[in-house]
Amino acid sequence: MHMADALLSPAVGGTMWALTAGTILYSARKLKDKIDDKMIPLMGVLGAFIFAGQMINFTIPGTGSSGHIGGGMLLAILLGPYPAFLVISSVLIIQALFFADGGLLALGANIWNLGFYPCFIGYPLIFKKIIKGRFTNKGVMYASILSVVISLQLGALSVVFETKLSGITELPLSTFLLLMQPIHLAIGIIEGFITGAIVLYVRKLRPDLVENLEGIKTLPSGVSIKNVLISMAIIALITGGILSWFASTHPDGLEWSIEKIYGKPEVPEHPSPITEGLKTLQEKTAILPDYSIPSTSKEESETSSWPQVKPDTSLSGFLGSIMVLLLIFLFGFCIKIIRKSKTKHEI
Amino acid sequence: MRFDSEYFNLGYLDTLSYKDTFIHRLDPRTKLLVTLIFIIFVVSNSKYEITKLIPFLIYPVFLLTSGNIPLRAVLKKILIISPFLIFIGIFNPIFDKRTIYMIIGIPISQGWISLFSIILKFILTVSSAILLIAVTSFPGICEALEKMKVPKILVIQLLFLYRYLFVLLEESLKIVRAREARSFGKRGKDIKTFTKILSVLLIRSLERAERIYQAMLSRGFKGEIHLLRKHSIGFNDIVFAASFLTIFYILKVYNIVNIFGEELKSIFF
Repeated sequence: MHMADALLSPAVGGTMWALTAGTILYSARKLKDKIDDKMIPLMGVLGAFIFAGQMINFTIPGTGSSGHIGGGMLLAILLGPYPAFLVISSVLIIQALFFADGGLLALGANIWNLGFYPCFIGYPLIFKKIIKGRFTNKGVMYASILSVVISLQLGALSVVFETKLSGITELPLSTFLLLMQPIHLAIGIIEGFITGAIVLYVRKLRPDLVENLEGIKTLPSGVSIKNVLISMAIIALITGGILSWFASTHPDGLEWSIEKIYGKPEVPEHPSPITEGLKTLQEKTAILPDYSIPSTSKEESETSSWPQVKPDTSLSGFLGSIMVLLLIFLFGFCIKIIRKSKTKHEI
Repeated sequence: MRFDSEYFNLGYLDTLSYKDTFIHRLDPRTKLLVTLIFIIFVVSNSKYEITKLIPFLIYPVFLLTSGNIPLRAVLKKILIISPFLIFIGIFNPIFDKRTIYMIIGIPISQGWISLFSIILKFILTVSSAILLIAVTSFPGICEALEKMKVPKILVIQLLFLYRYLFVLLEESLKIVRAREARSFGKRGKDIKTFTKILSVLLIRSLERAERIYQAMLSRGFKGEIHLLRKHSIGFNDIVFAASFLTIFYILKVYNIVNIFGEELKSIFF
């Protein structure tokens, strides 16, 4: 369920970055004075545990294919929301850097989709409310399946909206939802079952360890999830607004300047910057940047989104691409040769 | 086996990052920021853009060659295009059928163009992210994050996670081998066994955390962790950042491929 950079627009990616950064700062501030010293190595090792655990496969019942756990809810149950959110963030940062799962721009979106929902909705609002401190077999199972399912559904829903708002995919919203939500329902049930089973089994084997964990878990009582949600919504609106304004006015400005450089004659009569700005603002009120909607009027998209549509240009594009690729290859080759001669000198 | 290769990959990138080249010596902040800006430039191209994306290859190629990184370290990652990307992208040719041009009589629809554009963006962003870690060690990245005012607890968490990642991966590698040796085909890989295996791994991890904490205490840990700062921004950093940012801007404003293409066409035809 990792989003990829190639599917995100800078505006959506940036908004999710802001949201995630806000949540990380908030969690870090919450932890700063309340944290138990023991928590520091514990968080690191449990992050590594999630990583290691994801390497172990199991067969998904009924399908024969194999899968691995996500582990977000397990962390939230073991550590509490704030430390768990930081641990999930760090796991995803390492995955983005070393395995290129997701990507750097998509990192914000990924941390949000996979970390925020289990830590700040699934665990405090569902799991804890159902359990109420009594760890019965049935209760734990029921609570963990329900909380994981809901967190994953919210995560999948976010993936759909982030992709859709970025405007890269042509997939209609309804089809997209129909593809994503049921799959994640199935994944959620299995993951929830595994999470519950692990929580119960570890409790049975080593009650002392679990008690120890409960002791250092820091969830300041009466934490207001509502405040978190409201402030996050405000951050989203502000950054989303600013970034998409940038995204929509800037490329247009650049394209306009290219036309000026190329000296194309059919530049429409000089629009003044003010009317131009107003126009884009108006377009902005329709939430999506213009290039992301698959064009309501056909002619417009054909002139604006792909300005150089002429059979003539495809040939020059092709030739130019080969030329540029050759040049880049040559460039790399030169650097390599310079490197080699340098190292020889040093020897 | 997937596990071994993933584990190997992680360790391999780690060893690559301790080389000593011009690019390895740059301040991690510079490389992190330039790479981020590169990704934003790449992604901000329109969904039907192909020709403008191609020249951007220069940045990954520069990191690869000047960092003396073997090509296959990166190629492996790019060739296995993420299934999610294909899953999303493959619908573009199906839903977006407006023909945009004909190449030797074969109509090319906009959907194929946008799918190709997605794949190009994927190659550029993934290769630059992998190369970033290959030319900057992970502790280096953490140092950069700390200097850029990322909360210290997250930085410490990342360093701890990275340090024990290899230990715990080895542990789960042992577990997987033991399970493999005791099971035939799919047997022994069912959920029931799996949850027990994972529970045991979790218990071992918790115990390890306890031991680490005691070891830290015995070495004088008082709740404060001091981080090593090795790098500083120098002349080379400024040159590197300034020249690449200029290049990105030029590539964004001018369509280099078309300019070259027009030239070539006027020569040959």
